Amino acid sequence: MKFTAALILTMLLAFAMCLFLPWWTIALAAMIVAVCIYQWPLRAFFAGFLALFLLWGMQSFFIDQQNGHLLASKVAQILPLGGSPFALVLVTAFVGALVAGMGALTGSLLRRAIEGSGARQMF
Amino acid sequence: MKWIAFLVSLMLTTGLIIVLNVPLPAGGNKTPRIGAFLSPQHGCWQNAEPLDADFNADLRLAGISGKVTVSFDERLVPHVNAANDRDAYFVQGYLHAKFRLWQMEFQTHAAAGRLSEIMGAKSGGTDFVQIDKYFRRLGMVSAAEASLIEMEKNPVTKAESDAYTAGVNAYISALSPNKFPLEYKLLGYHPEPWTNLKSVLFLKYMSFDLAGGENDFEMTNAKSLFSVKEIEQLYPVVADSLDPVIPKGTVFSNPGLSLKVPVGADSAYYNERDTAAVAVNIKPDRDNGSNNWAVAGSRTVSGKPILCNDPHLGLNLPSLWYEMQITTPSYNAYGATFPGSPSVIIGFNDSCAWGFTNAQRDVRDYYEIRFRDTTRKEYWFNGSWHKAGNRREVIRVKGQPDIIENIALTLFGPVMYDPTYSNKLNNGKSYAVRWKAHDPGNELLTFNKLEHAKVYNDFVEAISTYKCPGQNMLFAAKNGNIAIVQQGEFPAKWRRQGDFVMPGNDSAYMWQGNIPMNENPMMENPARGFLSSANQLPVDGSYPYYLGGSFTPYRGIIINRRLGNMVNVTADSMKQLQTDNYNIFAEMVRPVLLKYLDVAKLQTGEAAYVNQLKNWNLRNDIDETGPTIFKVWWDNLESTLFNDEFARANLPLKWPDNSAVLEGIIRDSLYHFADDIRTPVREDLKIAVHRALTKSTMQLDSLRTAGKLSWGKYKSTAVRHLLRIPALGRYSLPIGGGVHIINATKPYHGPSWRMIVHLTNEIEAYGVYPGGQSGNPGSRYYDSFIDTWAAGKYYKLLFIPRGTASKNVGQLRWTMTFSKA
Repeated sequence: MKFTAALILTMLLAFAMCLFLPWWTIALAAMIVAVCIYQWPLRAFFAGFLALFLLWGMQSFFIDQQNGHLLASKVAQILPLGGSPFALVLVTAFVGALVAGMGALTGSLLRRAIEGSGARQMF
Repeated sequence: MKWIAFLVSLMLTTGLIIVLNVPLPAGGNKTPRIGAFLSPQHGCWQNAEPLDADFNADLRLAGISGKVTVSFDERLVPHVNAANDRDAYFVQGYLHAKFRLWQMEFQTHAAAGRLSEIMGAKSGGTDFVQIDKYFRRLGMVSAAEASLIEMEKNPVTKAESDAYTAGVNAYISALSPNKFPLEYKLLGYHPEPWTNLKSVLFLKYMSFDLAGGENDFEMTNAKSLFSVKEIEQLYPVVADSLDPVIPKGTVFSNPGLSLKVPVGADSAYYNERDTAAVAVNIKPDRDNGSNNWAVAGSRTVSGKPILCNDPHLGLNLPSLWYEMQITTPSYNAYGATFPGSPSVIIGFNDSCAWGFTNAQRDVRDYYEIRFRDTTRKEYWFNGSWHKAGNRREVIRVKGQPDIIENIALTLFGPVMYDPTYSNKLNNGKSYAVRWKAHDPGNELLTFNKLEHAKVYNDFVEAISTYKCPGQNMLFAAKNGNIAIVQQGEFPAKWRRQGDFVMPGNDSAYMWQGNIPMNENPMMENPARGFLSSANQLPVDGSYPYYLGGSFTPYRGIIINRRLGNMVNVTADSMKQLQTDNYNIFAEMVRPVLLKYLDVAKLQTGEAAYVNQLKNWNLRNDIDETGPTIFKVWWDNLESTLFNDEFARANLPLKWPDNSAVLEGIIRDSLYHFADDIRTPVREDLKIAVHRALTKSTMQLDSLRTAGKLSWGKYKSTAVRHLLRIPALGRYSLPIGGGVHIINATKPYHGPSWRMIVHLTNEIEAYGVYPGGQSGNPGSRYYDSFIDTWAAGKYYKLLFIPRGTASKNVGQLRWTMTFSKA
C-alpha cells in the first residue's frame, strides 16, 4: 500500500516539478516522497526507481509512438544504441529510474536518521 | 551511523546527477548532458514532433503592426499574407527562426569565425580554431560591418532588416530551453539574439562560397615549375569549345576604362619564378555553380516564356533554402528564401521570375607585403614606408583561453597571411588580400526590388546596385521579355592580372577601377529565342576586359544545343531538361580515348570494359556502368599525364581543368605532357591511354567485386547534416548525373533548388529542393522532399493569387495568425 502510494506520488511530483525545474529535480521529488512516506531504504529505492522507470519510460514511449520513431531512431544511432528506438526508451527509463531511486534511498535514510530509532530494519 | 549512511547516499546521488549533467568525453567528441538530453520533458524527446503535428496557432506579439495570416500547405510551405511589407518581413524572420533557428546561427557563426566558441578547439578531427582564424583573417567580420553600414543607410533595407531581426528575436525570446532545436542540446549551448549584422554575415558567407574561388598561390607555384607556354597550355584563358552566355560574335562597345599594364609586368610578374603557400586553404567547392535558362514565347506552346534555375551548392540538412510565399499590398512573391536573410532570393512574383547562376569571376587577389620589421607596423609601398593599420580579432574557444589575432591592414586589404599564421613553406612572407566582398554593398536592396519588380526596367533597376557575389541574373516576364545580365561590381583587369600573387610594393599592380556596370555582359530578347548560363565564360575573347576566374564550358554547350533544338516547349519538357543525365564531356572524350587506344595490346579484362564504354549511351543514369568506367579511366589518364610533372615540387598546384586537358590532346597529337619525365623512354598518348586503362581495370575489378560498378552506387550521393553527424543525414541516394552534366549532382553537391516558372496568366511553377521545410531532425518535414528530388520529380508550387480566400484553397492545412499584443 505504502509502496504504491509512494510510487504514484513520486511520479506525480516528478512530472509537476519537471514542468518548471531542471531534469534532476526528479531526485528531489523521489526524496521528498520517501521522507514523507517512510519505507525501508531498499523498498524506498525500488519505489523511486520504478516510479521514474514508468514515468520516463511511458512518456518517451508515447512520444516515440506519436513521432513514428523518426527522432529516436536517429538519436539511437548517435548515442549509440544500434538505431533502436525501443533501446533509447529503455535507456531513458533506466537513467530516470536510477536517479530517482537514489533520491528515494537518500530520503528514506534521512527520515531514519532524523527519527533516530534503532528498531527500523533495512528490509 | 545513520547520518553517515544518509550522507553517503546523498553524496552518491549528487555524484550521479553531476555525471549525468555534464558533457563527457567520448572519442574525439563530447557527449550531450545525458540526464538533460534524455529527460522526456527537457531533452531530445521534446524535439520528437508528432506525425500529425498541429501548426495552427494564434500569436500575439509586440513588434507587429497589423494582422498577418500564415497558411501552411500540405508540404509545410507558408503562404504569408500581411497588411504591409514591414509585417511581412517580421513574420519571415519569425518563421525562419521557428523552423530553422539552429542553422541560421551556426552558419553566421561560421562566417564570423566563431565556431570554436560552440564546438571547442577541436572536435571529431576538425580544427575549428584554424577555420575561425581563416575567416577572421580573410576579413569576413570587417567586410560585414562595412556592408551593414551601407545597408542601414538605405531606409528600405534598414526597415526590412529591422523587422526581420525583430521577428527572429520575437521567436527566440519566447523559446524555452526544452524547445531548443536538437543541435543546441547535442552541443550544449543556447541561441543568442539575432542582429542585422548576422544577416549581412550570412550574405558574406555566400560571397565566400561564390566569389572566393581563386588559385593565386597554386598558380604562382606553377610558374616555378612550368614555362609560360606550358602555363598557357595547362591553364588557358578561353576554352576552344566555349559557347559563351553572350553568343560569340556579339560586338562590345569600346571600354570606358583604359588599363595601364604595369611596366615590367612580364619580367617582374608573369615570368617571375616564385613559390608561395598558405597556412590553411579553405576553398569553396570548385563546382559551386548553377544552370539557368529562359525560353521565349516563340519556342513555347503557350507563347509565354518559361524560366528555369537550379543553383548547384553543397547538399546539406537542414537545407540552405526555405520555401515561402509572401503577399502584401505591394508585392506577391514566391520562391526559395535564405534562413538568415529577408526576402525571396530565387523565385517569381505575379508579373515576372528571376534566377541566378554564379559568375565565376576572380575577384580575390593577393599581394606580397614587405614589412619594415616584425612589429608589422610599416610596409614598403611606392618607394617609402607606409603605416599599417591593425585589427584585433578575439577568438573565444569553449573551455580554453581566448586567442587574439592581430591583423595588419594595408592599402590593399588585411594581411591575411603573415609569419604568425605560418605557411607550409615557412618562408616568412606576408600576403595581403584584396577581395571584392570587402567593399561595402547592399545586396538586400536588389532582392527587395526583385520581389516588387513588374517589367524589364524594374529588373534592370533592381540589379543596378548589386555588387558581390557576381551572378548571371536571368529574368522573364509575363509580357514576354526575357533578359540576362552578368551583374556585379567587377575589377577591370589586364590580361592575367591577379592570376598569380602580385607585388605589394607598387601601386601599378593595384586594381585600377571597376568595369562600368553598363559594360557588364547582357542580352535581352535574343532572336534565337532563349538565354542561358551555366558558369561558362560569359563572353568570347573580344570582350575588352580580362575576367580571370574558373569557368566550365560543358553544361553551357549541352544546354544551348538542347534548347536550340527545342520547339513547343512546355514545363514538362523543361523538367526533363533540368534533370537530364547526358554526359556531353564523355561525348567529346570517348572518341579521343578510343583513337589513342592500341586495340592490339588489350588484355581480356581491359577489352571488356572498353566494350562497355563503347556501347554506353552516354547517360549518367544510376544503373549504367559506362559512366563509372569513363570517369575512372579519364581520371587515371589525367594523373598519368600530370603526376610526373606535378610531383617535381612538393608545392600546392592547381590541377588543370578537364577542358584544358581534353582540348590540349585534341589540338596536339604529340601532347608533350604524355611523356613520363621520370622514365628514360619517351611515352606518347597511346602509351598514356593504355597505362591509364590498365590501372583503371584493376580499380574497376575491385569496384565490381564490391558491387559498386553502377554509377549510382559508385557516385553515392548524400545530403549531409551540417555537423556531419551520419544519423542526421541521408546517404546513398539513387540519383544520377554528375560534373559537366545538366543534372550536376556530385556525392555531396548538386542542384540545391530546382525551379521552373511558366509565365502564363495564372503562373504555373514547379520546384523541389533536397531537404524539407523543417530543420528539426525529429520532424517528418525534415527531409520530406529528398526522395522526390532524387527521383527527378517536382512539386507544383501553390502560388495563391492576391485576394484569394484561404478557405478556397484546397491544399492549405494549418493557419497561424499574428496580431499585435
